[in-house]
Amino acid sequence: MSAKKKTDGLIDFTINGQRVQAKEGWSILETARHHHIPIPTLCYHPAVHPWGSCRLCVVEIRENGQSNVTASCLAKPTAGMEVLTQSERVENVRRWVLEMLLAECPASQEIKDLAAGYGVTSTRFAIPDPLEDCLKCGRCVAVCHEVVGVRALTFGSRGVKKKLETPYRIPNNMCIGCGCCVSVCPTGALQARLDTVRGDIARRTGHSFAH
Amino acid sequence: MKKIKDVAELEGLRQSLHAAHDPQQPVARVCLGPGCLALGAEKVSQAFKSALKKSKANFKVQPLIKTTGCQGLCSQGTLVNLSPADLLYVRVKPEDVPEIVETSLVKGQVLERLLYSENGTKYKSAAEIPFYRAQQKVILKNVGVIDPLDINDAIRCGAYQSLAKALMDLSPAEVIKTVELSGLRGRGGGGFPTAYKWRRAVENARQNPGPVYLIANGEEGDPGAFMDRAIMEGDPHAVIEGMLIGGYALGAHQGFLYVRHEYPIAIHHLSVAVQQARALGLLGKNILGSGFAFDLQLNRGAGAYVCGEETAIIASLEGRVGEPVMRPPYPVEQGLWGRPTVINNVETWANVPHIIRMGAEGYANLGVPPSTGTKIFSLVGKVKNSGLVEVPMGISLGTLVEEIGGGVPGQKGFKAVQTGGPSGGIVPYEFKDVTAEAAEKKTLSVDFDSMAKTGSTMGGGGMIVMDEHDCVVDLARYFLRFLEEESCGKCLPCRLGLKGMLEFLNQFAKGQGTPQDLDALESLGQAVADGSLCGLGKRAPNPVLTSIRYFRDEYLAHIVDHKCPAGVCKDLISFRIDPKICDGCGLCAKHCPEACISGKKKKLFTINEAACIRCGVCRDVCPLDAVRVV
Repeated sequence: MSAKKKTDGLIDFTINGQRVQAKEGWSILETARHHHIPIPTLCYHPAVHPWGSCRLCVVEIRENGQSNVTASCLAKPTAGMEVLTQSERVENVRRWVLEMLLAECPASQEIKDLAAGYGVTSTRFAIPDPLEDCLKCGRCVAVCHEVVGVRALTFGSRGVKKKLETPYRIPNNMCIGCGCCVSVCPTGALQARLDTVRGDIARRTGHSFAH
Repeated sequence: MKKIKDVAELEGLRQSLHAAHDPQQPVARVCLGPGCLALGAEKVSQAFKSALKKSKANFKVQPLIKTTGCQGLCSQGTLVNLSPADLLYVRVKPEDVPEIVETSLVKGQVLERLLYSENGTKYKSAAEIPFYRAQQKVILKNVGVIDPLDINDAIRCGAYQSLAKALMDLSPAEVIKTVELSGLRGRGGGGFPTAYKWRRAVENARQNPGPVYLIANGEEGDPGAFMDRAIMEGDPHAVIEGMLIGGYALGAHQGFLYVRHEYPIAIHHLSVAVQQARALGLLGKNILGSGFAFDLQLNRGAGAYVCGEETAIIASLEGRVGEPVMRPPYPVEQGLWGRPTVINNVETWANVPHIIRMGAEGYANLGVPPSTGTKIFSLVGKVKNSGLVEVPMGISLGTLVEEIGGGVPGQKGFKAVQTGGPSGGIVPYEFKDVTAEAAEKKTLSVDFDSMAKTGSTMGGGGMIVMDEHDCVVDLARYFLRFLEEESCGKCLPCRLGLKGMLEFLNQFAKGQGTPQDLDALESLGQAVADGSLCGLGKRAPNPVLTSIRYFRDEYLAHIVDHKCPAGVCKDLISFRIDPKICDGCGLCAKHCPEACISGKKKKLFTINEAACIRCGVCRDVCPLDAVRVV
């Protein structure tokens, strides 16, 4: 059977040498999960569009004699493609990202556990804030917009100064206090800072809930 | 202005403008390029106008004072070119102007003291100056010659002729074929074949009918690069004409000029040019009677370096935050508002009219296939003649730096060239293990593929020349700091990785760290390049990785010997005054910001090292070069 054959809208390709089939529209990550092939993620959440910020889900793709490292949550498979989820280039990216995250979010047990799985237990980088646990993955921003349908949360500034904020840095009436952002947060960072991000609801409404 | 209805009227206008132009009319072209403007060119042009008013001379033909775009030789500004004699006066100050008017414009004589001189030769013709002689101006032909605010001046010099030719003689498919055969590749740095991009957009629009959009990427943010700026400021009609021809070839009716917000003059000149072209009917409906409609909209950049990335441009034009998104889908598949969109660099668009004018073969004869045509570079750094140059691709780095650039000033040696801006790399002048043909000649051919083989890139065209007093660790730090600041922060390898790489380099600059850290830095650089989402992050480690590749010894000197061989890294150097040379003039003590230099007049001065902040001012001001780095 030719690997490039396309049947019934299914795409045949291989992950780590294992033959897999993807439905039209599936990403490489979705296909891998369907076939129980583990790929680590932090920013990916099935409820929202993939955003591609954490880059832990990178895989190496070999196709037409070329090799390329890309985020599997965003990349769509093509017939005959060879995907490697644990190649040296891939693991190198993951180890460095996790080591940097240990310095960026030292308070997060989730990240410590994930890093330990890759043998990363200490970090060479400076720790700006020992209590930080938000990695700015964007799940909360995406769920607020895409699922709840409002934009109570956003990212402000850019680069290393990037921060989770409310639009224009002022508390707003858009937050309905649904808590979706808290529930999707991969490190639980939003639990403690919800009121600082969206403003004290009691001040706005006179009581402790949103309406 | 009356609208031009067809090609015959355009040609008629050009001929009448040509006839009205007296080739013997004295013209003084004052360069208002970025370099000259910074040196006060505005005042020079005003001085010309008032001096001419005051002059009592009887002219046969009244002289014309023209302000133009960049004339190239930025280090010698303000530049004034006098025609018809093709005299170039350099370093012109407003107070020189009355004399220029009286001697050169009135009497037609040469003012020797303002001529450009090199190695004792004074050049009476601009074309003979080595800086200009080795160049080949195709795209910059009109830059520095025409008045960019006057469309008639551009039309007289041949603007919109290629558009007429394309509309009348060629089908859209033939235009794309011509661009394909010319071998034009993206001038923004990637070197992607332009015609291939165009064809993909046409195919996608055919499968999914609807509008196609064109974008000119004028978000030129690399430190030390001003190629696109020179084109937009000096010959805005070249960009407009290129996009018109592209619009015709691609069946597009709307184009966007996305220009960096920090380029107010380019924005002004382009908006005037667009208005004038619209008034003449060269933009709008039924252009030159062909039935083809096309219009342009000018957009200011969103003030971020990353907005030069094509998916970020689209996000920015759509009104979203200028953050890149993953490709594929490529803009030619799903671009602006989900429609096929062709994004080309300003310089690429400006090449298109010349390809139509010269024909595919004529254009492909320039350069070295598969890198055809010419490329504009901004030559800056430790080079005598810094400025804007245009050369055919495949020229050697030696010719570019030593012949055109006039070499490195002073006694110091030419060490390396940093090409391609922050995403490019550092290429040593003497390198032996890069390419076979380069090894023989010990020089590097400047074209897309040879540059890529060195690990650097051609990039947009920024070239920073370094001498032996430049430290590669310091330069790598400079670019990383720039990129750390400009990273959008969306993906972790770029946002945290660049910060992490900078932490390593900061340690090295202090003489700390171990050789293992150098290997770790290389590995981290690879992770950032592999893991990042867009071109900014993917190429950001280049300056670090190439400098480690070619200058590992210099890194090790910092780490192991705790020395900065170039004498730049402040924690590893100290300044001393050589007692054999110092004559006790006291200038160093006068200029020292920390007042830590003491001594008596006519006697030896000494630096108090404990208080010294190693700013280097004493070294810069010492007339005898007595301040040494140890």
